[in-house]
Amino acid sequence: MLQALNLSKRFGGLAAVQDVSLAVPGGAITALIGPNGAGKTTLFNLISGFIRPDSGTVRFEGRDTTALAPHAICRLGMARTFQIVQPFAAQTVRENIAVGAHLHHRGRREAIAAAEHVARRVGLHAQLDKPAASLTIAARKRLELARALATGPRLLLLDEVLAGLNPQEINEVLPVVRGIRDGGVTVLMIEHVMQAVMNLCEHVWVLSNGRLIAQGAPREIAAHPQVIEAYLGHGTAERLLKAAHA
Amino acid sequence: MRQLAAIAAFAVAVALLPAVTSSGVVLNMAIMTLYAALLGQAWNLLAGFGGQFSFGHAVFFGTGAYAAAVLQARFGWNAWAALPAALALGAAVGGFIGTLSFRYGLRGSYFALVTLAFAEVFRILANNVQFTGAGVGLMIRLEPGAARFQFADKAGYLYVILAFVVLGLLISWWLKHSRYGAWLQAVRDSEDSAAALGVNVFAVKLQAIMLSGALTAAAGVFYVQYFQYIDPSLAYGPAVSVEALLGPIIGGLGTVWGPILGATVLHLLGEATRGLVPSLPGINLIAYGVLLVLMIMYLPRGIIGLVKCSRP
Repeated sequence: MLQALNLSKRFGGLAAVQDVSLAVPGGAITALIGPNGAGKTTLFNLISGFIRPDSGTVRFEGRDTTALAPHAICRLGMARTFQIVQPFAAQTVRENIAVGAHLHHRGRREAIAAAEHVARRVGLHAQLDKPAASLTIAARKRLELARALATGPRLLLLDEVLAGLNPQEINEVLPVVRGIRDGGVTVLMIEHVMQAVMNLCEHVWVLSNGRLIAQGAPREIAAHPQVIEAYLGHGTAERLLKAAHA
Repeated sequence: MRQLAAIAAFAVAVALLPAVTSSGVVLNMAIMTLYAALLGQAWNLLAGFGGQFSFGHAVFFGTGAYAAAVLQARFGWNAWAALPAALALGAAVGGFIGTLSFRYGLRGSYFALVTLAFAEVFRILANNVQFTGAGVGLMIRLEPGAARFQFADKAGYLYVILAFVVLGLLISWWLKHSRYGAWLQAVRDSEDSAAALGVNVFAVKLQAIMLSGALTAAAGVFYVQYFQYIDPSLAYGPAVSVEALLGPIIGGLGTVWGPILGATVLHLLGEATRGLVPSLPGINLIAYGVLLVLMIMYLPRGIIGLVKCSRP
């Protein structure tokens, strides 16, 4: 469904993303993980058109989208959320979601109706009249999700929708994400909450220092020596292994 | 629908004013208040709804004023025929400035400075080109008649400026109830989020500045017909740019009624201070400044914000 081919991006002397290739299969929930500063969000920005890559291409449903602007990519059916939520603070939850719904609904009334429908799907329907600025972090994350969903995407990129939530809130959001997938939307998520990755995802890519270092099913990845080292430091895998034998 | 009824009621109430009083002072006051409200409405489209704060709306006002004055005085056009041409030119100047600044992603104070600079450049040009009458300015021949956009009594001017203000109200109402308005306000609150939701940020901002430019040019055309004279500092000086932004900021940014409310409060305050301290010309400007500071400190959402807060 989505293919990234040899994507690279440098910011001055920093190689944020180096030669990354991945293929997201349709109909699944997959995840992109990695330590802080690994280049996950940069990769999302490259895929969604917010940043142009120095080299490499992005193909969405067979179409080259590398040079397209973010709004054009969204119109093709790929939506994203932001790690740092950016609600339209002065507007109500309903108005916020309606902005996304307007992509395929010209009329105000239809867009509002579509927004209310989406709000129900993500569990925000009780807060439709609240100004976005008054929402808790958990609700803001849901709003971010709802707006993106309202554009009617076939592929949804979620940038840490679970970060900052307590365990109970996380448990409430997991079925929502699963429901989105069951509704026919492919999901690629950046996530630090491993419990969620283990629970939801069929396939995981691991990014470290801008490079893809491993990929596979979540269980394999958690035991992968290179992944452990990327998170815990050089030589850790060996030490852990010795400790286990001792 | 309630809003539309309120707009209709407002239009009828103002239109009945000449029937109640024939006082030239009162009617002139009403006309100048509506004229300031129109400038404020035009500025509010771009800044209040779109978040692009212009500090040089005189560039559109002056262009509209000069377009009408040149077409009428040099080419003998009828004023009504000059009106659409002036609106188109105002929109075109908006498109030009918008393309340059939005293409290169100018925001906030940088955008404000660019608009200010454009107004100054236009002022200097108008001062030095013979075509616009240079520093001497341009006079419109006095020949009263509704067919020539000149009226023997003030009521005629009142109806014309009222029609423009009602148009401004309807545009503002439309922005609150349409897809374009939703996109424009989304761009104001977060450009990145808007782009991620499929909004063409550049196009939306460009359309807003063109619409705002055209409506500001309408105020310029009206000014020329009312005073029958225009010169470079009247047209492109900073006074107009400030007048355009004071009303909406005091009344309520990004609201339908804010510009009218703000313009009314400012004009009443101006009259009151001038009446109380007649020996100090310009005292009204000091009062405006004090009011602006107080509003920004205590009521950043304007007078409308006060009304909305008091409601549960």
